[in-house]
Amino acid sequence: MRSRPLRLLGAGSLLLTLAFSLESCFTERQNEGAQLYAAHCSSCHGDQGQGLERLIPPVAAADYIAQHRAELPCLVRKGMQGDIVVNGIHYNQIMPGHEDLTDSQITNLLNFLQTNWGNTNQSYTIRETSELLGHCNGSDGQ
Amino acid sequence: MTTSLRRASLLLAAAGAALSCSLGGCSAPTDTPADRLSVYGIKHSEPTSPADTLPDPIPAFRLTDQDRQVITNQTFAGKIYVTDFFFATCPSICPKMQSELLRVYKAFEANPNVLFLSHTIDPAHDSIPVLRDYAERLGIKDASRWHFATAPRDSVFALAKAYMTGAEVDATVPGGFAHSGTFALVDSRRRVRGVYDGMVPEQVDQLIKDIPVLLKEEAAEAQPVAAK
Repeated sequence: MRSRPLRLLGAGSLLLTLAFSLESCFTERQNEGAQLYAAHCSSCHGDQGQGLERLIPPVAAADYIAQHRAELPCLVRKGMQGDIVVNGIHYNQIMPGHEDLTDSQITNLLNFLQTNWGNTNQSYTIRETSELLGHCNGSDGQ
Repeated sequence: MTTSLRRASLLLAAAGAALSCSLGGCSAPTDTPADRLSVYGIKHSEPTSPADTLPDPIPAFRLTDQDRQVITNQTFAGKIYVTDFFFATCPSICPKMQSELLRVYKAFEANPNVLFLSHTIDPAHDSIPVLRDYAERLGIKDASRWHFATAPRDSVFALAKAYMTGAEVDATVPGGFAHSGTFALVDSRRRVRGVYDGMVPEQVDQLIKDIPVLLKEEAAEAQPVAAK
């Protein structure tokens, strides 16, 4: 009677070990966009992209993300300041640039935003991001 | 008949209370609020007697808020307040920190005995209009409840130390100022009664739990001794 739950437990732990070891075979690049967002953006734009009142604009369900698609790679690399309108609300804060992110990291970050939290927009290829970054002399080709 | 019944129920209640107390001792609940908050701070002054062990109170200060009102210790007389240090163009921790403080503000919005005081550590940029704009964008319409205040930088940095947080000029960090996201809870006798990391939601939750504890203590002390 006691051996059955024990055996189940053993099988369970075996599965768990297998799952963990399998996980280590794959890179975490798949979630890189979400991780980069958490590390570089969430402190201001919120952990769910909600923004902060009228101080920091949201990136979740944001018309700006769809309408300014081509400008976003440079915006991330170089930062921005001055008045902007997101979902009809005016914001005016300084956003620092992120020269520390590579072209491919910016691609993954923006693809995460373009396809999550109510945004259903077209993704970028790394090549496209690099081309768009060329507009602000911001491409590092990586 | 009724008295014996009442006595019996009293006895039962007492037994129940005793049981729950002893049971509580076993599981050691961590969420039981302390009935009195500790006093924090540093003692710089010479003790006046062996019993004089309390830290120095928050020093006298004179600030100006977003409504151009002069803010001094007297502004907070008979109130408790939560304070932090920020600057309007802060690109790193401030938005997160201020959104957490906003959460505390909203929890006690209806209680005029709880005030808020945010000091700018960049007075050169954060003029009164900048502070007013910041407060309004954050949704704070009543400056008397949440002051966004400025003062010469050295006085602000000195105050930061008194509130047990750090603020200093540092050209190597984004924005040019290094500071921590600490919230300090201050009682009506100018003593720090709690220090919380404004970047950690669990610590901010603790602040929200501690404020009623301090309010209760303040209310008890406000009553004349003879009434006790």
